[in-house]
Amino acid sequence: MPLLDVDHLTIEIPTEAGLLHAVNGVSFTLERGETLAIVGESGSGKSLTSLALMDLLPSRAVRKARSMRFDGIDLMAAGRREMEDLRGDRMAMIFQEPMTSLNPAYTVGDQLTEALRRHRPVSRAEARDRAVHLLERVGITAAASRLGQYPHQLSGGLRQRVMIAMGLMCEPDLIIADEPTTALDVTIQAQILMLLRDIQREFGMGLILVTHDLGVVARVATKVAVMYAGRLIETGPVEAVFGAPSHPYTQGLLRAIPVPGRTRPGEPLGTIPGQVPNLIGPLAGCAFRNRCDRATEACAAAIPERDLGPGHRMACVLDPVAVPA
Amino acid sequence: MTVPVLELDNVTKIYPVPQGMFKPRAMLTAVGGVSLTVARGEVHALVGESGSGKSTLAKMLLGLTKPTAGEIRIDGVPIAQTDRREVARRIQPVFQDPYSSLNPRKSVADLIALPLVAHGIGTSASRQKKVAEMLDAVGLPRRMIDAYPGQMSGGQRQRVAIARALVMQPDVLICDEPTSALDVSVQAQILNLLMDLKREFKLTYFFISHNLAVVEHLADRVAVMYLGRIVEERGREALFTQASHPYSRALLDCVLTPDPSLGMPDTVIAGSFPNPIAPPPGCAFHPRCPRATDRCHAEAPGSLPVADGVAACHYAS
Repeated sequence: MPLLDVDHLTIEIPTEAGLLHAVNGVSFTLERGETLAIVGESGSGKSLTSLALMDLLPSRAVRKARSMRFDGIDLMAAGRREMEDLRGDRMAMIFQEPMTSLNPAYTVGDQLTEALRRHRPVSRAEARDRAVHLLERVGITAAASRLGQYPHQLSGGLRQRVMIAMGLMCEPDLIIADEPTTALDVTIQAQILMLLRDIQREFGMGLILVTHDLGVVARVATKVAVMYAGRLIETGPVEAVFGAPSHPYTQGLLRAIPVPGRTRPGEPLGTIPGQVPNLIGPLAGCAFRNRCDRATEACAAAIPERDLGPGHRMACVLDPVAVPA
Repeated sequence: MTVPVLELDNVTKIYPVPQGMFKPRAMLTAVGGVSLTVARGEVHALVGESGSGKSTLAKMLLGLTKPTAGEIRIDGVPIAQTDRREVARRIQPVFQDPYSSLNPRKSVADLIALPLVAHGIGTSASRQKKVAEMLDAVGLPRRMIDAYPGQMSGGQRQRVAIARALVMQPDVLICDEPTSALDVSVQAQILNLLMDLKREFKLTYFFISHNLAVVEHLADRVAVMYLGRIVEERGREALFTQASHPYSRALLDCVLTPDPSLGMPDTVIAGSFPNPIAPPPGCAFHPRCPRATDRCHAEAPGSLPVADGVAACHYAS
């Protein structure tokens, strides 16, 4: 049984202009020890998808799914209390900007121990010991002295480490990290990503990494799911998707980034013309077809998912054309 | 020999930092003795992490703050002796976040024409014509002339910001992380646009970025900054193939190219920035340097010549 099994997740947001189809029939599974990267640009629905797993969507968003199971637990049927018990205990979330997700009025120690004492019958001293242990584990020196500090007294890298330590307090089975390193400097980003990878291996957790950075995806993830306009357009093992990107959008994204040693300095980068379609109202056919240089009439009809190899799937009617690397 | 369009000669900026009542103020050296030469038509990149002094340097180049010591020259003439308006005409900025650098209550036409109005250039009609030309140059449809920033995408806003910078026909654009707030596909469009405009208007770019893949793509020369100092300054090719300073090499190791076979780098430098108020003695990088020796603790390195540039490391060569 997979740790997480999401079948046809849909998120709709009512707006004044009509119904916004933010996420449209997204399905994936995650095993323990796997790292799934959900990658996409702004508005692709990647963050909403991760929030939907934790039942943290804005109240007006409507979440639907054929089924959504976490370790056998039906997340669609789980009540508010049940979700509160799961969150922070067996499922934890790490957000992009630790400054806004840490409470500025409480010390690091208060926030770390609360995460544990909310779910486990432990004493203050035991919770404190675990907090110190985890702060050391995430590479914070003088961990005991940090417990009395407030978030504003820490650097961005330290705050993100505190967030990770907080997520680990109850040894969760699943960690969802939404752009965990986007606000950080490159050397700190590398430190945090290696830390997440090591901890995930050590604890055998499932890790979902939500990001727009294809370099991070390639280096850290085992599986990747590319989202566009609320849909998964290509999924598969990271070697397959980066080795043989097949959906025209995935190919376009990879052509748009400069890669030292591959792109020629000063030469024009590949671009994707046009803009993301309006997701309000019904949207038939392939959402990418207005920007796709290979689009045909068939793209206006429903797009079947097709298998390209073991675990490698895409939603495109066209036969994949290899791109020169 | 032609005079370089921009010269920085031992530029230093020191800020006094209050330490609390009754305590003497501490001195924070944001930029310490930076010397750089930017030739006309060049893309000179400046890379470094937050707190390295990149943005302070940019502010001084734009004339927004004065150096505590040292001199900045445009075409050989010190900025200090140049009229502020003249500096603003010659050097224009493009900032990171087009969401906050454009006034949301002004239309595109007003935003782009603002520098002309501020400098009292042209008539209303000639300014209108100039704005239309600029829209064409940055690839925005003319119908957008009356749009407001709130109606535009991030990429379109950054195009407006670039059009506003170009309307004064400057010599130098100071680009401070111009694409880091943008999506991947939009970033590519803006980088392509910047390269096209550079050729068309014979511009010089001072390009501040933490994205080394982007820097490698468009820079001719690269300066690496750490704790207010330039630790290495090289031609692009030399820096990316044979970086001499351990900090430059650490930054290059952290470039995550989209290649799953590589995985994460084996080692990354530990720790983070030291306190700039009390920088480490000797070489400021030595607490994080894998190759630091006793000499690095004791003695600050000077700039040593290396192939196509300089590096501030005792063991550069």
